[in-house]
Amino acid sequence: MKITKDEVMHVANLARLDMDEASIDKFADQIGTILEYVDVLNRVDTQGVTPTSHAISLTNVFREDQEKKTLERDKALANAPQKEDGNFVVPKVIT
Amino acid sequence: MQLYELTIQQAHALLKGKEISAQELTRAVLDRIDAVDDKVGAYITVARETAMGQAELADQAISQGNIFPLTGIPLALKDLMCTQDLRTTCGSKILENFVPPYDATVVKKLKKEGAVIVGKVNMDEFAMGSSTENSGLQPTYNPWDLTRIPGGSSGGSAAAIAADMCIGALGSDTGGSIRQPASHCGVVGMKPTYGRVSRFGLVAFASSLDQIGPLAKDVTDCAVLMNAICGYDSQDSTSVPRDVPDYTTFLKDSLNGVVVGIPKEYSDVAGLNPDVSKKVQQAANTIEGMGAECVEVSLPHTEYVVAAYYVIAPCEASSNLARYDGVKYGFRAEDRHNLIEMYQSTRSKGFGPEVQRRIILGTYSLSAGYYDAYYGKASQVRTLIIEDFKKAFEACDVILAPVAPTPAFEIGAKVDDPLTMYLSDIFTLSANLAGIPGMSVPCGFSSEGLPIGLQIMGNHFDEGMLLKVAYNFEQATDFHTLKPTL
Repeated sequence: MKITKDEVMHVANLARLDMDEASIDKFADQIGTILEYVDVLNRVDTQGVTPTSHAISLTNVFREDQEKKTLERDKALANAPQKEDGNFVVPKVIT
Repeated sequence: MQLYELTIQQAHALLKGKEISAQELTRAVLDRIDAVDDKVGAYITVARETAMGQAELADQAISQGNIFPLTGIPLALKDLMCTQDLRTTCGSKILENFVPPYDATVVKKLKKEGAVIVGKVNMDEFAMGSSTENSGLQPTYNPWDLTRIPGGSSGGSAAAIAADMCIGALGSDTGGSIRQPASHCGVVGMKPTYGRVSRFGLVAFASSLDQIGPLAKDVTDCAVLMNAICGYDSQDSTSVPRDVPDYTTFLKDSLNGVVVGIPKEYSDVAGLNPDVSKKVQQAANTIEGMGAECVEVSLPHTEYVVAAYYVIAPCEASSNLARYDGVKYGFRAEDRHNLIEMYQSTRSKGFGPEVQRRIILGTYSLSAGYYDAYYGKASQVRTLIIEDFKKAFEACDVILAPVAPTPAFEIGAKVDDPLTMYLSDIFTLSANLAGIPGMSVPCGFSSEGLPIGLQIMGNHFDEGMLLKVAYNFEQATDFHTLKPTL
């Protein structure tokens, strides 16, 4: 198998996904199949080829650092699952 | 003819001549949605009241002589473009109740022209899929055959056009998500050049591949929508500061002197349906008969396209989707008491299986020890794919190809087999990897009566040439005028 259950569990943890045994089995199987397929890339000689991250060449965009109106606080908080006194509320971070 | 059957051009002429009002037109479209969307399932949200309000404003503007090409035209938006005060779900449980505080740039542009936003249409969750079956909210059925998929991920946009539940629509295309559903539903769809349309306010899937584009009833409407949405935006630093031509000016010329490339590798693709192959060949013959010259071109890295894409896109997705953590907006699972567990529970309950699969695939491919073997390698192969197209476009103006290897398949046929689903994207992924424009125009029907699309790809920023070829082809055929019976 191209990817083990332990690796799926490890990666799921890195990606902050919680998985039951059945999902881990299924994902290990399906992702293994995909990774095996992806191995065709190793048949391509890419010695000295520059990787592309953007198909259109990009240039840095600079602008003056000017004060501008941004989203108002109540609008930014409007979709928050939990908020208090103009802040986002999250569960306890330090346990 | 019913009002909801009109094209943008036809409706515009009637609105301008004051033969119909925007409110009549919008009501006709809303009634049509009420009549047939139970069967099709294209709309996630129908914005009845705000649409009628926008139509009233459009009528006022028209009465004062202020009419733009989209004033009073009812449009549907794929549900991943942010619409202020109108729910934007991205087809996901995790954003099911998300109400954006601002408009995406494309939405702003449409509103500025006085367009009417009828509602938000269905899609594969986070645009990940080729069938709209991955929507976390509802299924959508192909109006030509309700047992089949409409294509994806912009399946709602394509189905809404095909079923006359809007006059025009916008979708997004990361690996074929405009062109493939357009092909399966018998409508016109265009993925513009990367950077041609601002992505500000578009929910991100794979940022180096995503592009917004139109779906329309014909090529003229496609050009009209392109005029409205293209252009540089200071809020999207990947949008390209380059003049936008009037795309409707390309809809007149003949095809004399146009060189059309046919990639020799494409006929060898496994699983290419004979009806699709035949219709695309016939379309090439029609185009040649109109004065174009057909030449064979080569895209030698075709067999590596699917693999390169299905490394790069999940890598970008795994990074983009890290933001859904149950803190600032969207769904939060309330069953856990510390922060990490809250993240895990929120993301596992909020994302569907395909999204989780791609997050894991992407995270794995980017993780220590695998980065070079997967992401690095795929990015190098991407360079070679881009070079293939560069070389091909030295010998031709446009490339003709199928959009999908088969007509629309039956619902459920590939749902448990992600790799088979991915392989069906072979003809559309290259345009995203290379950043070039591509479009789908109806070119016939399969023996079962299902629509087939012809794909036309062109060089960077050469959308005008695509529209010219598509328009001339459309003039010679009547496929775009045929409608499904619902």
